[in-house]
Amino acid sequence: MCGIVGLFLKDRALEPHLGALLSDMLVTMTDRGPDSAGIAIYGAPDPVRAKLTVQSPHPGRDFENLEHDLGAAIGDKVEVVVKDSHAVIGVDPEWLGVARAVLASIRPDVRVMSSGETIEIYKETGLPKDVVGRFDIRAMGGTHGIGHTRMATESAVTTLGAHPFSTGADQCLVHNGSLSNHNNLRRELVREGMTFETENDSEVAAAYLTAEMARGKNLGQALDGAVKDLDGFFTFVVGTRSGFGVLRDAIACKPAVMAETDQYVAFGSEYRALVNLPGIETARIWEPEPATVYFWEHEKAA
Amino acid sequence: MPVIDLAVTPLRELNQALHDLTSGSNDTHFEVINPRGHHAVAVGVDQPVTVDVKGSVGYYCAGMNEQATITIHGSAGPGVAENMMSGTVVVKGDASQYAGATGRGGLLVIEGNASSRCGISMKGIDIVVHGNIGHMSAFMAQAGNLVVLGDAGEALGDSLYEARIFVRGAVKSLGADCIEKEMRPAHLEILAGLLDKAGVADVRPEEFKRYGSARKLYNFHIDNADAY
Repeated sequence: MCGIVGLFLKDRALEPHLGALLSDMLVTMTDRGPDSAGIAIYGAPDPVRAKLTVQSPHPGRDFENLEHDLGAAIGDKVEVVVKDSHAVIGVDPEWLGVARAVLASIRPDVRVMSSGETIEIYKETGLPKDVVGRFDIRAMGGTHGIGHTRMATESAVTTLGAHPFSTGADQCLVHNGSLSNHNNLRRELVREGMTFETENDSEVAAAYLTAEMARGKNLGQALDGAVKDLDGFFTFVVGTRSGFGVLRDAIACKPAVMAETDQYVAFGSEYRALVNLPGIETARIWEPEPATVYFWEHEKAA
Repeated sequence: MPVIDLAVTPLRELNQALHDLTSGSNDTHFEVINPRGHHAVAVGVDQPVTVDVKGSVGYYCAGMNEQATITIHGSAGPGVAENMMSGTVVVKGDASQYAGATGRGGLLVIEGNASSRCGISMKGIDIVVHGNIGHMSAFMAQAGNLVVLGDAGEALGDSLYEARIFVRGAVKSLGADCIEKEMRPAHLEILAGLLDKAGVADVRPEEFKRYGSARKLYNFHIDNADAY
């Protein structure tokens, strides 16, 4: 199974409540997958600070003095905010790539969950209620977000095997289903220079979209290609810095319900996930069509 | 009339109350409020009672229904009225995938659209959809009638046995061994009866086309003997 939720806000008045709304939606989907849970939150962009969200199996050891050690190594000021097993590293956008490379050498056990201007990803093994509690997701605001609760089928139950998967700046993907051509596709993407953290099929889908977008496609066009190039069962919800996309395979056996009002676009694996959203009684509710790309985008910041 | 509020009453209590009904029970009309997408609402009812569900439901609502009249005043998740034996189930909104799957009898009316695999493996149920139906509907359908006032998706009636399919709108594609068939007076009569039972007043049976099995896939054909 697996449970997916997503929320793309149109009404800025709801932005402070994004984390709380998304957390409630995700906890409702707990019985679709109790193995691990994760959430991606797209917050307000900061022109002078990019963000690396990282995780460590030894947060006490790895995050202590990280601000100092990383700052000294790259020769620029960094900010580190620790949240349980994760930390958000704020760094000058120009130093983002360098900081990531340096981090790999000075803290080899630290894993990068996401990097970009607005995205933060938190994911761990365990139940959604525990995962959102550990990282205080309810207190987070933002413009859009995606959550996933996993019933593992294709790879091990580990932090890195949890969704969302992020394979490019401010990009993330969650998946309900299973891909059958992910090994071939992974080999092709590796040849093109992509790197992979896991044996997971969903990570391949995320990397595929990242590679397609790197060739100049927008998210909608990349998803169009996925219908042809990915073999298997999937319902994907995908986030970019300003966009939010949904795609189901042609067979469409993995469930999906969407709701739209003047205030938001919402996705749930089941209608149950949506029932506490404001104005749901009068929302337009529909099941996304098979092999059809759905794609929303905030107006791009100037 | 018992009113069961699923915001405070556990689902098992509702279903147990419905299962405890015996022939001649005093309670003949139940109202269920705040279903909020719950799964398995009013499953396995086997007495001729009326159940009004005031809102949208999740998976498998009204499954295995026998004799009861169950109305969902909202939309239904996957598998509504799955394996229905008899009685009537009405969905006022839309229905998700495999509505009426494997149903053996009774009438399922969907006043909105139905999604993929509507009536898959139906075995005698009658299904009337006011809107459209999705792909792979009536896959391996064996008996009963599927009536669609709107359009049908891809691969309608794939590997069909002896169910009848009536579609008023466009059919995106027919599945293997499903063909359009002549609409004879007997079929018009069956269709008129189903439209009447489903409360459809302003549509004439002559507006539909009939589809059924070419009977080439499931019958032994002597020319294929070498293949065995």
